[in-house]
Amino acid sequence: MSVFDDFVRRDKRALARIITHIENRRENYRQLLAAVSRLPHQGYRIGITGPPGSGKSTLVDALVLRYIQQGLRVGVIAIDPSSPFTGGALLGDRIRMQHLVNRDSVFIRSMASRGESGGLAAATRDVTKVLDAFGMDLIIIETVGIGQIELDIVEACDSVVVVLVPESGDMIQTMKAGLMEIADIFCVNKIDRPGADRLLSILNSMVHERQTASSVEIRAVGTNGMNGEGVDSLAEAIEKHRGVITTGGELERRRGSQLKAEIVHAVRDRVVRQLEETIDFDGQFEHVSRQLASGELDLYSAADMIYDRYFRK
Amino acid sequence: MSDKIRILLAKAGLDGHDRGIKVIAAAFRDAGFEVIYTGLRQTPEMIVDAALQEDVDAVGVSILSGAHMTLFPAIRKLMEERNCADMILFGGGIMSEDEITELGRKGVSKLYGPGTSTIEIVEYIKGAVAKKRAGEKLV
Ligand SMILES: Nc1nc2c(ncn2[C@@H]2O[C@H](COP(=O)(O)OP(=O)(O)OP(=O)(O)O)[C@@H](O)[C@H]2O)c(=O)[nH]1
Ligand SMILES: [Mg+2]
Repeated sequence: MSVFDDFVRRDKRALARIITHIENRRENYRQLLAAVSRLPHQGYRIGITGPPGSGKSTLVDALVLRYIQQGLRVGVIAIDPSSPFTGGALLGDRIRMQHLVNRDSVFIRSMASRGESGGLAAATRDVTKVLDAFGMDLIIIETVGIGQIELDIVEACDSVVVVLVPESGDMIQTMKAGLMEIADIFCVNKIDRPGADRLLSILNSMVHERQTASSVEIRAVGTNGMNGEGVDSLAEAIEKHRGVITTGGELERRRGSQLKAEIVHAVRDRVVRQLEETIDFDGQFEHVSRQLASGELDLYSAADMIYDRYFRK
Repeated sequence: MSDKIRILLAKAGLDGHDRGIKVIAAAFRDAGFEVIYTGLRQTPEMIVDAALQEDVDAVGVSILSGAHMTLFPAIRKLMEERNCADMILFGGGIMSEDEITELGRKGVSKLYGPGTSTIEIVEYIKGAVAKKRAGEKLV
């Protein structure tokens, strides 16, 4: 397979084509993914999440520019939502990543969420692996940013940055618990706007409360994506988190539980698909549905009957 | 189910507004396309670099600054050099029939003047991508 050979030679066109192949679940994509996964890889994955318009792409631009100046190779996956009605998507994250165009050591791929609701696209984890096998030192994932907590990022990344803005105070009160679960680093962007100091101190006290429970320290930093102020501190906070989890064994633990979650996902997807396709394998589904409609059975007894027939068959 | 159509839209040249191209981007999105919009003042190198990484089916470029006779051929040439010759190149701008014919010879599949209906553009790209994909399968 010559595209694969080109991929191994680090040809970006081949990388792009392989991603398309896998994203579209084309014929043999599993063999392709398996072959890719056998290549050496050692990338570190950083997730950038947060509400829409908080400055995620702007910060990815600033961070990645620093990384490539240090001689690192960086892959970026930027996810935007697909319309649930038309399936179409407007992928605009590149607009704010202008410093990363035409760089040998950067590869950016925009992905539409295609019906997934956890902040990533269905194939994001697979594409992460492809970028890793391509030899990227860092893989940065920018989530959809639909305003709610996007838990999937935790399962796909080693360090997670939650980007907020000074106006996010109210939001934090309502989703405090979840936020603390996903954030390794808090970033208050747009510190040029009023309220940034207040939000930073709220975050710092939240972080302080949690500190006793966990060995890994969370940090909150302020940034201005427009002029680059604070971006060095953000990069430092990420580096520090990476250092702590790498030496403390936390990274291996995280990756272990991520892999388990991936298997569960894959099995669940198959079970659901199979169930949908063959639930009426013996004609009983139709029969039970009619009994439910006529009131002979209640919903949960109907479900019990189908469950027992299906899984004890 | 066939693969989603992915296209890249960009604005080349120095004129600074993007209302028109955003309307076209929205029309493509509403027709079920995945549209990568890269913004204003894109050079041919920037456009082809992004198109290559995004592995799009088609690239649409709006040029209103008058430099279309140099920019479109430069984009096409880079596409060929960088192994992206299979991508459809189309665009918009203000140009004469003769210029459109000449750019057609240089590999620009379709050019639209201001005020063309978005439906017409979307339908054209749908058809052109279907034709291109049918060809790919034979290989
Ligand atoms: N005032 C101010 N504006 C900023 C700052 N950082 C980014 N912006 C602007 O905020 C807007 C949104 O920035 P993006 O980087 O696109 O935000 P995002 O979180 O990636 O947005 P989505 O991907 O659409 O969710 C842009 O107009 C940026 O120029 C900042 O520090 N201060
Ligand atoms: Mg963004």
